[in-house]
Amino acid sequence: MSKLEMIERGNAAREKVNAEIVPALLEAFKEKAELIAPTNDLIPQVFVTPGALLDVALWLKDRGFNVLVDVAGADYYPRREPRFEVIYHFRQFPALGMIRVRVRCRELDQPSTLSHIWPMADAPEREVYDQFGVKFKDHPEMKRILNPDDWEGHPLRRDYPLRGPRALISLEMPAEQNRFAAFVDEADATTEGK
Amino acid sequence: MAQTFETHNQDNMTLSIGPHHPATHGVLRVILELNGETIIKATPETGFLHTGIEKQAENLTWNQATAVVDRMDYLNSIGNNVGYCLAVEKLLGITDRIPERATVARVILMELQRLTSHLVYIGTGGLDLGAMTPFFWAFDLREQILDIFEEVTGQRMNPSYMRVGGLAHDLPDHFKEIVTNFLKVAPGKMQDLRNLILGNPIFIDRTRNVAKISQEKALALGLTGHNLRITGCDYDVRKHYPYCGYENYDFKVPVRQNGDLFDRIAIRFDEVDESLKIIKQGLDNLPDGDHIINDRKLVLPPKHEVRESMEALIHHFKLVQQGFDVPQGEVYQFMESPRGELGFYVISDGGNKPVRMRVRGPAFYATYALKELLVGHYVGDMAGIIAGVDPVFGEVDR
Repeated sequence: MSKLEMIERGNAAREKVNAEIVPALLEAFKEKAELIAPTNDLIPQVFVTPGALLDVALWLKDRGFNVLVDVAGADYYPRREPRFEVIYHFRQFPALGMIRVRVRCRELDQPSTLSHIWPMADAPEREVYDQFGVKFKDHPEMKRILNPDDWEGHPLRRDYPLRGPRALISLEMPAEQNRFAAFVDEADATTEGK
Repeated sequence: MAQTFETHNQDNMTLSIGPHHPATHGVLRVILELNGETIIKATPETGFLHTGIEKQAENLTWNQATAVVDRMDYLNSIGNNVGYCLAVEKLLGITDRIPERATVARVILMELQRLTSHLVYIGTGGLDLGAMTPFFWAFDLREQILDIFEEVTGQRMNPSYMRVGGLAHDLPDHFKEIVTNFLKVAPGKMQDLRNLILGNPIFIDRTRNVAKISQEKALALGLTGHNLRITGCDYDVRKHYPYCGYENYDFKVPVRQNGDLFDRIAIRFDEVDESLKIIKQGLDNLPDGDHIINDRKLVLPPKHEVRESMEALIHHFKLVQQGFDVPQGEVYQFMESPRGELGFYVISDGGNKPVRMRVRGPAFYATYALKELLVGHYVGDMAGIIAGVDPVFGEVDR
């Protein structure tokens, strides 16, 4: 096997995805899919509406994208509305072509789960819910996975403070409105007030 | 938790194992439903080591984030660093300008790190099956690699040796010598370990045909790395999507066909042999030259220049205070960690900090594959099966 064979194979697969799959996808899902220019990693990428995600995933699976690589969440607050994005990477195996499907959604838009097609999507979808608060429709077990079950808030949101909700305590707030009042002891209050 | 016990069936027993159980390799909790001694349902629970590394990285500058990234998968810290740096370098568009010396040094150190990870796997995996000796032999050999890391990077476990653009500082003068000395002893000791474990009839009895998995199932469960390669699939990122110049090295991807626990452990020995081959080739090809990209907008100037040159002082000040900006965009960079495909999905908005750094941990998916792998086996095999998929909870919980 020559040294560069795999690189050439990967490039050929990418060209094929760029030349055939992406235009066909845009044609098949008019107004539901939108092309994005690839970035430096050269993976072809498309925006898809939350409602069309399941159909797009099945459509891609029919065309050889049999491996779901990863499900990731992202929050573009405050630079973009709708603020959230769920990012799927699909891979053709063993043909090696890849595509990135990005779903822009609001908090209450629920993209369909893919866990009944790829069982591996179960865990990362729970993680997206845990960290960003985006729920997935028809997911069998939509509960937290990394944070404790009684955790408040979704930590990876851009407006969630790094040091947790306690950093939001405002000492000017009346005690009955401040649900963290019980945690603020006198010593803290005097030093921080100065 | 309460729900788990409500579904209690008269014939079945619910048993909660972990998160402090020593056989769970850290902090995994598994809720088992047992019929007699057979597991009929397993529910892994994670998050006990969640340290918010992705959140922390968003609040650190691009170079500072390397220090939290290598605390994720603490057995593969150099690999994590390299993966993250490759992602940022790709965003910056400087992948082609990384000096050859830095790239080769990265490959050598990554492969050494792979050896340490495999040795921990072999040692503790043996321990979980009741074998004490391999643990000491493996950690003895691992100690020698950690000594090399100490000489090269200054730290044994979490070196943070990689920077965006290359290495933090140059390799020591006697680098070739110490690695060559290690390469002289390693193959013999690995052969001893292999004979000790794989030739042992008790080990074979306990691992053959345990936790078998088919290739379709493994792909559907998102398994990569050795968990996939034991099913006859030769997927290895180093071969299929080469990075760091891996296409220039002559090595094979070990593949096994049975998909059981025996293969999971045996394939590690084959991988160690290939890694030793790569290290040897890397040492032969290690060029002289810069250890980091020569770009004052990204890299701190040398100290002697800072004392004399105004521009160097300005660059130094700016980089320390503010870091550098990375163009807007998103990149998915993946690499072969000892556990499988480790992916970094990094988003930049053009500022000096990442907007999002998502880590696709291979062990995360492997841990949730335990749902399928444990079913139908005895409780006594549970420890071996968990050790077999090689979860590292720093990475699972991030």
